[in-house]
Parts: sequence; structure tokens; C-alpha cells
Amino acid sequence: MRLLFLVSGVSSIVIVCLILLFLLKDGLPFLARYSFWSFVTGTTWAPIAIAAEFGLLPILAGTLTVTAIAIAIGLPVGVGAALYLSEAAASWERELVKPFIEVLAGIPSVVMGFFGYVVLGQVVRSIFGAPVEHNALTGGIILALMAIPTIVTISEDAMRSVPKTFREGSLALGASRWETAWRVTLPASASGVTAATMLGLGRAVGETMAVLMCTGNAPVIPTGVLQPIRTMTATIASEMGEVPYGSTHYHALFMVGAVLFVLTLAINTAARKLIGRFHFRGR
Amino acid sequence: MSRKSATQFIAFWLLRLVCYTVVAATGYIILDIAAKGWPHLSWEFLTAMPRNRMSAGGIWPAIVGTLYLVLLTIALAFPLGVGAAIYLGEYARAGRLTRTIRLAIANLAGVPSVVFGLFGLGVFVIFFNFGTSLLASAFTLAMMILPVIITASEEALRAVPQGFREGSFALGATKWPTVRRSVLPYALPGMLTGSILSVSRVAGETAPVLLTGAALSAAMPESVFDQIMILPYHLFILATNMYPSQVYVPLAYSTALVLLLVVLGLNGVAIAIRYVVRRKHSF
Repeated sequence: MRLLFLVSGVSSIVIVCLILLFLLKDGLPFLARYSFWSFVTGTTWAPIAIAAEFGLLPILAGTLTVTAIAIAIGLPVGVGAALYLSEAAASWERELVKPFIEVLAGIPSVVMGFFGYVVLGQVVRSIFGAPVEHNALTGGIILALMAIPTIVTISEDAMRSVPKTFREGSLALGASRWETAWRVTLPASASGVTAATMLGLGRAVGETMAVLMCTGNAPVIPTGVLQPIRTMTATIASEMGEVPYGSTHYHALFMVGAVLFVLTLAINTAARKLIGRFHFRGR
Repeated sequence: MSRKSATQFIAFWLLRLVCYTVVAATGYIILDIAAKGWPHLSWEFLTAMPRNRMSAGGIWPAIVGTLYLVLLTIALAFPLGVGAAIYLGEYARAGRLTRTIRLAIANLAGVPSVVFGLFGLGVFVIFFNFGTSLLASAFTLAMMILPVIITASEEALRAVPQGFREGSFALGATKWPTVRRSVLPYALPGMLTGSILSVSRVAGETAPVLLTGAALSAAMPESVFDQIMILPYHLFILATNMYPSQVYVPLAYSTALVLLLVVLGLNGVAIAIRYVVRRKHSF
């Protein structure tokens, strides 16, 4: 029996290796046909033009833009909500609000994308005067909503694991509850909050359907947040259905997948390093 | 009121506002979909084949496809995940192998779903020659939810008191009979809860299925090698690819409502099981 369980245990390692292997197997042939330099510095993504161009920069810029918007909105909102729940809310209030926010995490990304596509896009257009409904901001707001439950849950856990004695010491010195929350709890939980943000970031970079539906599907380097863009994930999802097997375009999409894999791996590794630090054991 | 308590009053109200903005957004999304999806929902919509370029009839094949996909995925992932958890929880000793397995699980959890889609395309659709099919999609999604099942199952094993194992060893039982008779029966409900939560993710997942087995429109699947329709992809197509939108957006709303009910319903079932079991076994 032991052997059987060992095999299942090792399967995760095998799968991670297989993912990397197959991404490279179908991704590397792209570099044999297209120069690496033009791939990473190219400013045009035009895979079905007669002189096809596979510049990564427009779709990388698209990913970075929506992710930046998502974090710019999601970080203050998520941390603010966590600080409220951990420091100011009554315990019955926390027990009601936290599960409700977690429901948001359970809504499928295609449903969030649909909401952004039919409802939020019009709101963004009328409030900010965007030329089109589906743009970087619409996608960024939807992504922020999808990242917020992660940020709230993990930040709140980090804040609550700050030892009570820290707060009591602060209150005993005459600080108000707000001063204690802002100057003691928040700094003490900073690494947990950062880890939460990184995990939210990883999720935002890898999100596909919501950004595919909300961001306007235009692979151009944006000059403003109200422009339509397209992310790396959306590029793979929307183009893979139409490429012939084995074409340069097919291998290019696998290469984009490999870049995504490495990017999210780096973000999640950094997040995990930080998470290990936020518990105050034995103090 | 002193300046200090005035600051606190304002600060906490601001945080409360932020927190309830998230709650309100969650509520608004759900209510918007419920209110606009409800009018078109009917018995025929749930049980009829789509007709007339999807503008009439129902979504029956998409419901069945989602159901088949969920069942097959869980049938593939549950035994492997539970096996891995038993290895990690009951057999493994601290060491390099265990650390590597844990690292692999954590990394697997962070891989973007669309990258799993590429992997599934390369491995199951092409290398194993399953074609774009229900089977290829189920294998792909099984790899994707494996970390969730392992983590949940391990937690369930850890919740079984050490005394249960020691009692069994004291009576002369060896490792496997101890695990089978004194540990697994008590850990099983917890494992099921975690797995149902991951199933709700499968039901809402779009991008990996899009690359490995989803069809725009398909007959009822008759074998695992058939392409399938699924609710999330059907929603995506209705919302973004079909015109005129006055005809298709109401249908998309109803599809979104059905999908939301399936996903949140599964989450509800999992939470209910956890609640009942916690009251029954309190070690």
C-alpha cells in the first residue's frame, strides 16, 4: 500500500515537470522559426498578417496594465475591509460579512466577465467618458473584484494573528483603537498583507475569461487606461481555437504560455516566502 | 468629542464604507443576474435542445455536458488526491522528498488555468490522441484541482485525533489497517467537503475546456471521446459572439443564473456537510 500512496504523492511533482516539459516542447520550436529578440522586443502582435509578427510587448503591456489597475483598486479596498473586520467590526458582524465576501470568490470568472461585459462597461463609459465600453479599466475593476476576497481573507488572518499584547501595549500607552490599528496592527501584519496582495496578483495575471470579455480584445500597447487592450491569457484563449497544429502561430502561443507560467511561478514563490513569516509563534 | 476620538470615528466609518462597498458589489452582481435571468427561465429552457442558432429552445446539452465533466473530473482526481494526502499525512517523513512534493503542490495551485489548457491540449488532445473531447477536458481539469483536493484531504486527516491511530497500533494493527479502519472513515466527510468545493470550480471553469473539449454546439455526448457543450462556454458565446444582442443577452443572463445556482449550490452543499459533520464528530 505504501508504494501506491507514494506514487500518488509523487504525482504532483510529475505533473509540474510535465507541464514545463510540454510547454517547452511546443514552445521552443517557435524560437527556431522566429528570433527571440524580435519576440521579446516586438511591438506588434499580428499573427495572421501575411508578414506575421509575434511581438510580446503589446500583450505583456496589456497584462501588466489590467493587473496594475486591479491591484491599485483591490489593495486599498481589500486591506481597508480587512482592517475594518479585524479591528473595528463586532464579532457577529465579521461572521456575517466574511462568508459573504467569500461568495464573491465563488462566482465563476465567466460570470464576472459577463457582468463586466453587459453592465460595468456601460458604467465605465458613462462615468469616465471612455470611447468604448470594453477597455483596460473595465477589465481592471472586474479583476479587482475577483482579487479582493483573497486579499481580505489572508490580510484579515494576518491581522488577527498579531498578538493581543501588541494591541494592549499600545492601548495602555493611551493610543486610541484607530491609532493602534493604523500604527501597530497594520505594520505588524505587513508581510501577511503583502503576501495576500501577491496571491491576488498571481490570480489577476493568470485570469482569462473575465479579461477576455471585458478588455476589448485589441493587442496594442496602451497609452491610457480607457483604451482597449488584450492580455497574454486572452490571446491564448481567443487564438488557439483557430490555429493550425504545428504552425509558427501555434508554437508562439505555447511560448506565451511558458512566459505566463514563469511569471506566475515567480509571483507565487515570492508570496509563499512572505506567508511563512507572518505568524508570531512563541512570542 | 476629543480630536482623537473624532479621528477614530471618521477613520472607522471610512473603513466600514469600504467594507460594505465590497458587500454591496457582491450583492449587486448576484441580484442583477438573478433579476434579469429569472424572467426567461422555464422548464423548456432547462430541458430543451438549443434551436434556431441558439435563439430558441434551451440549454439542456450544456447542463448535461457540465454534469458529465464534473463527475468524470472528480472520479479521476479524487482517488489520486486522497492517495497523495494519505502519503503526506500518514506515511511520509520530513525530508527532501516531502518538501519537494509540497513545493510541487503549491506551484501547481498557482498555474493559470489557461496554461493548464495548453498543457491538456499538448498532452491529452494531441500526445495521447484523445482528440478535443470530454475525456481530455476531464483529465486537464483533474490535474488542475488536484492541489485543492490534496490540501483539503490532508487537513481532514490531520483533524483525526492521534489517539485513534495509537489505539489501533496498541491492538497490534499495522499501518494500512490502522489508516483504513481508524483514520479514513473519520476523515472522509472532510475530504468530500473539500472535493465538492473544488468541483464547483470545475463547473465554472472555461479556458481549459475551451482548449481541450468544448464545442460551440454539439449533440448530446455519447462517449467520452465526444466534444461537449458546457454552461460557461455557452454563456461566453451567447454574450460575446451572437448578434443581435437584444435577442441573445437575455438568454445569456438566464444561462449565467443557472451556472451561478449550480456553483453556489455546490458550495452550499459542501458547507452544509461540513456543518453537520462538525456537530456529529467533535473529538
